[in-house]
Amino acid sequence: MAINYRRMYNELNSKNEEFENILVKMKAGQDLSTKDILYIDDLKKEDIELIFRVAYPFKQEFIHRPQKKIPLCKGKFQVNFFFEDSTRTRTSFEIAGKHLNADTVNLSGSSISMAKKGETLMDTVRTIRSMNADIIIMRHSKAGTPGMIAKELKCPVINAGDGWHEHPTQTLLDLYTIEEAKGRIAGLKMLLVGDVLHSRVAGSLLRGWNKMGAGEIRVCGPPTMIPKGLEEEFNCKVYYDIEEAIKDVDVVYALRIQWERAASAFIPTVREYSKRFCINPDRLKLAKPDAIVMHAGPINREIDLRTEVMEGPQSKVEEMVTNGFCIRLALLYLLLKGKPGEPSRQKRLIEVRK
Amino acid sequence: MRLLIKNGHVIDPSNKIDGKRDIFIDGGFIKRVAKKIQISNVDTVNASGKYVCPGFIDMHVHLREPGREDKETIATCARAAARGGFTTIVGMPNTTPVGDDQTVVSYVNQKAREEGIINVHAIGNITKGAQGKELAQIADLIKAGAVAVSDDGCSVMNAGVMLRALEYLKMFKIPLISHAEDTDIAGEWAMHEGRISTRLGLSGKPAAAEDIMISREIILSEHTSTPVHFTHVNSKIALELIKAAKRRGAKISCDTCPHYFSLTDEAVIGYNPNAKMNPPLRSKDHVDAVKKALNTGVIDCITTDHAPHLLVEKYKEFDYCENGIVGLETSIPLVMDKLVSKKIITPKQMVELMSVNPARILNLRKGTLSEGAAADITIIDPKSIEKVDKNKFESKGRNTPFHGWELKGLPVMTIVNGVIVMKDRKVIV
Repeated sequence: MAINYRRMYNELNSKNEEFENILVKMKAGQDLSTKDILYIDDLKKEDIELIFRVAYPFKQEFIHRPQKKIPLCKGKFQVNFFFEDSTRTRTSFEIAGKHLNADTVNLSGSSISMAKKGETLMDTVRTIRSMNADIIIMRHSKAGTPGMIAKELKCPVINAGDGWHEHPTQTLLDLYTIEEAKGRIAGLKMLLVGDVLHSRVAGSLLRGWNKMGAGEIRVCGPPTMIPKGLEEEFNCKVYYDIEEAIKDVDVVYALRIQWERAASAFIPTVREYSKRFCINPDRLKLAKPDAIVMHAGPINREIDLRTEVMEGPQSKVEEMVTNGFCIRLALLYLLLKGKPGEPSRQKRLIEVRK
Repeated sequence: MRLLIKNGHVIDPSNKIDGKRDIFIDGGFIKRVAKKIQISNVDTVNASGKYVCPGFIDMHVHLREPGREDKETIATCARAAARGGFTTIVGMPNTTPVGDDQTVVSYVNQKAREEGIINVHAIGNITKGAQGKELAQIADLIKAGAVAVSDDGCSVMNAGVMLRALEYLKMFKIPLISHAEDTDIAGEWAMHEGRISTRLGLSGKPAAAEDIMISREIILSEHTSTPVHFTHVNSKIALELIKAAKRRGAKISCDTCPHYFSLTDEAVIGYNPNAKMNPPLRSKDHVDAVKKALNTGVIDCITTDHAPHLLVEKYKEFDYCENGIVGLETSIPLVMDKLVSKKIITPKQMVELMSVNPARILNLRKGTLSEGAAADITIIDPKSIEKVDKNKFESKGRNTPFHGWELKGLPVMTIVNGVIVMKDRKVIV
């Protein structure tokens, strides 16, 4: 990390500074370089460090307050646009918005008129645009969709998960959690286990690990769940043997087996999967003694992780949820209060209108 | 109508001509081809420095009529073809209703006669409703004018049905055009399976989905001695299979499309809906194999798979976007720029791929400048350059990935039955 934000915060805090002043000083005049939080590749390393610095005061102090309301984003209009089920992501974005005093609206499932009435996505987006939303948080079952709508909108868009592609705010909290536990990300040995093919968590995390200079990235899962070209694309090594893969790693990150699709076609049964790939205490012993265990949730107990591991001292599972909340508070603050950054540099949808 | 085309570089493989000739047209037919023709009082076209070729034939387009006239009509498709330098197009039967019935084929032919400014032919279905279960009334379809049968867009998954279709076709002289795709392997897919699909988080379809079906069709074709033509081939292994089958003397032919030698799956990056088609754009090794097969003659024809769609059908979540792109107005420029200029094929090979061979495969009395043949002529200026502008298309479709591409080598005149329908890039009828 370029700036030791823990020390910085402690100094500010000891001077009894106002919370908002602390945030401003932690920001140190920096703003996000991107207009949106769409894809990890769009973010610079400095953006990620800025997000961590701003998340830290929320984690240290704000979320422990008995009365969690601060008018940092008062009068801002936040739309949570969820085309797919979500518990923790949507709740944490919604509560984060409410704590910052933004007006939040949830559009999800059957409440979206397009689903019933045949409206196209882009027309629904235009409707929201006409209501002058200040920020849109979008989850969609199809890859690339948040990027597509961001092009239509002047306000920031946060990708809360697009298909099998990316889930960047999850990766920001994952990286924050690793940094918090280990003091660094660079040089660490990482292991990702499970259904990488269908996982947007994996899509962002592999990019994030590479961006932050992880020492070694290993991926382990059944070959039917490892997408083609993964090693070249994400600079990682694929293993099929968990005992070999987990040896001496610093971070064990288990992905959720998605019962609904995985069990039917990609693996014979989830039980067989768990026998080969579940992170149990014996397997965890093969990792570094101080290795941490992570999972984005929802967890299939005894399938993805054994309960002893999930609830054990090396597990960061619950910490991750708290950190996710703080990261989202920081993102809303930065995007709603900061100077707007550049639209995504990533090549997007070509112009099809005219 | 009398017309004299002077000083052109005539490329007519059927008469082994590849040099400077004059062509005299009278009454819609080729009257004379000679080194120097002197006739007074005749409209003259100076074709100096240009390729003068037997009219180009696109044996795979989607007319969209009947049923989806909002996407394209026979009239607009024919105009697009004329602008693109084609004198004959052949429409696939996946219209609404599908062409499994003689009334649809008759309708297309009648509309083509009334409204088409070039020659338009129809293909009938192999199976009823393109369902791949029961044979369509193929004899009736042929009587109504179908020049081939195909369930393009759908796969005849049942090998027994395909076997019977090929046996039944022994009675006739028309080919079966195979849209080869194993839908079980394909599943739900959005693009080619590989590094780029992994990067974009999109579900991929491997080339094996096509390869396995092409392999099956070759076996059935050899078993029945019935010709099979594979359309939109773009896979390395499929081309190897076809090459080997041809070497054995199997009655196999195939075509590919300009996008399969001009673009790789990297064109999808950014979730570009105009890079979405079936079969999907594939990785560079496949594209290189397509170019090689064009060079060596393993591929017989170039088609466009011209597939116009409405904007709204291409402006949605990538997975939900319709497959396909328009191609009639960019085909010749892409062939000239990406193949002929790069010396992957010779101008003569281009004429074989886009005129002689499609005529031979479909048994059309075309693809030649022999005296007495219908005066269908495509004239190409190998030196002219144009930036592709989708807003200048005659087609109703604007779904092209080539908008803004600068291409060298353009069709500058299209003559159909002795009538100039396109001149200097503009349709004039």
